[in-house]
Amino acid sequence: MQEYLQEPFHIFPGATSLLRVHNEAIRSSTQSPTPSESSRTNPDMNPQTVISARDLTKTYGDLTAVDNISFDVPAGESFGLLGPNGAGKSTTMKMIGGVSQRTSGSLNIMGLDPESHGPEVRAHLGVVPQQDNLDEELRVRENLIVYGRYFGLPLSYLRPKADELLEFAQLTDKANSKVDALSGGMKRRLTIARSLINEPRILLLDEPTTGLDPQARHILWDRLFRLKESGVTLILTTHYMDEAEQLCDRLIVVDKGRIMAEGSPANLIREHSSREVLELRFGSERNATIGVELQGIGERLETLPDRVLIYAHDGEAALEQVTSRGLRPMTSLVRRSSLEDVFLRLTGRSLVD
Amino acid sequence: MSVLTGGHSATDLARERKFGSLYSRNARAVVGRGLMAAKSSTWLVMVSGFFEPVLFLLAMGVGMGSIVGTVQGPGGGEISYAAYIAPALLAVSAMNGAIYDSTWNVFFKMNFAKLYQGMLYTSLGPLDVAIGEIFLALLRGLLYATGFTAVMGVMGLLTSWWAILVIPASVLIAFGFASFGMGITSFMKTFQQMDWINFFLLPMFLFSATFYPLSVYPQVIQWFIQAMPLWHGVELLRQISVGSFSPATAIHVGYYVVMIGLGIMLTTGRLRQLFLK
Repeated sequence: MQEYLQEPFHIFPGATSLLRVHNEAIRSSTQSPTPSESSRTNPDMNPQTVISARDLTKTYGDLTAVDNISFDVPAGESFGLLGPNGAGKSTTMKMIGGVSQRTSGSLNIMGLDPESHGPEVRAHLGVVPQQDNLDEELRVRENLIVYGRYFGLPLSYLRPKADELLEFAQLTDKANSKVDALSGGMKRRLTIARSLINEPRILLLDEPTTGLDPQARHILWDRLFRLKESGVTLILTTHYMDEAEQLCDRLIVVDKGRIMAEGSPANLIREHSSREVLELRFGSERNATIGVELQGIGERLETLPDRVLIYAHDGEAALEQVTSRGLRPMTSLVRRSSLEDVFLRLTGRSLVD
Repeated sequence: MSVLTGGHSATDLARERKFGSLYSRNARAVVGRGLMAAKSSTWLVMVSGFFEPVLFLLAMGVGMGSIVGTVQGPGGGEISYAAYIAPALLAVSAMNGAIYDSTWNVFFKMNFAKLYQGMLYTSLGPLDVAIGEIFLALLRGLLYATGFTAVMGVMGLLTSWWAILVIPASVLIAFGFASFGMGITSFMKTFQQMDWINFFLLPMFLFSATFYPLSVYPQVIQWFIQAMPLWHGVELLRQISVGSFSPATAIHVGYYVVMIGLGIMLTTGRLRQLFLK
């Protein structure tokens, strides 16, 4: 667990010191609920739990998009929904935001049901949808201010807040640009900045880095770490295992609307996969038939169209066994197990196809 | 934190109310957005919407009017042909302004800009969005009506002080069309379907007693036209322009009041179905 959490900070060594001041500011302004808010909190709910889903189900006609899922998210956690396209992740997010009505089950967001208290629940949510829906008729800074007005926030608060968020999203010099003129990564950062205009306690991120180049993804991840450190609860869906491993304290693996497994990335890997994986490529013709010859090596064998995966505690040792049998793979790679392997194990399919 | 909840008078209100998830009393934010967007956008389109009826008035009223001469106005008095068709064109102008904003603009925002999707992920409810957008359409209708009424004044077509009331009456007409237009647009998925709106509007513009009295039609067609909204607008403005009222005036106004009510119900219901499904 620790390893996974620390990994990101090696990538962004300078990030932490800058944060402290920012965090303190946000904490003091967000973590003292007004009396009216605390009185609304459901007494059955652990005060630390901000999202509680029970037997949540959503069907569209014959299709069951979300099938009886239950989970709790404590305040400040970074919680992930990992699964392939069509697993029901976005639908779950929509139900949390109260913009999709559930078919059955219960959902409690900070003591409120989003279905009957949509505007109130959303007042405390920040939403980053899968596709950017920035207001192209407005300029960059106007986007933030107008969005804040939708929450009924006064301009005296929004003007300095918009500048602060532009700084945070590294878009200060683009404040008066047209949205059209921004790159994909910049648009994404603006969408995230926009979602923070109401100082949300929960931030919903639907596939936050899909379609971005690696550099843009890393910048975005850095921004998300900062938010997480400042105490914002992050709920994110992704079908990128590296993203899930980097950003999530805990996640559920979803497939076909069902929860397949739940836990921290490290625990899930420990439970459902070996320590290391040996990846072998024998060429697309032989991959399928070579399995028989590899029997007995490692703990488990997985044959994919383009490669063979051998799950073993010690990958190098497994590779030696392979070569000692006289087999000559075209390429071989020893790596640590990832969530991709967990998903493959649980569903028999790859995450990204 | 207080700054976050400060603006939400809806918080307390919504708790016990059935409209809680529909309305947060913040339509002004939607209006503000529209005004900010208008700053940088389609002035040309707006101006063209104003000139269209003016051009019709010049061509038909002044041009054809010179061979038509005078016609019988609502009170029975003789008025110039231009004065006869000017209020009708004003009604058309109010309709066009409202329809442009509530159909094409809304269609684009709904299907391409994903604007409403973004709005409904905030504290706004569908009713806030509907009221805000309709208000913007009315504002445009008001601008057109004021401009056109000024043109009528300059051309000497206003014969009564009552005529000043054509401006609020035009807003009422715009309200009727805007509230319905947005609801109907929500059913449209393609540009081809959007063309049906024009297919409906053009004949309504031409045949709603705009250029000649309803009495030229056979009875059955008269009934049909009297069921259409524009005819009520044309007649209402025509009566006001000469200051001649009858019990029918109340029917015309009532028609629009009902249209507005039904239109808002339709639009809000549709927005809820589309975005809060």
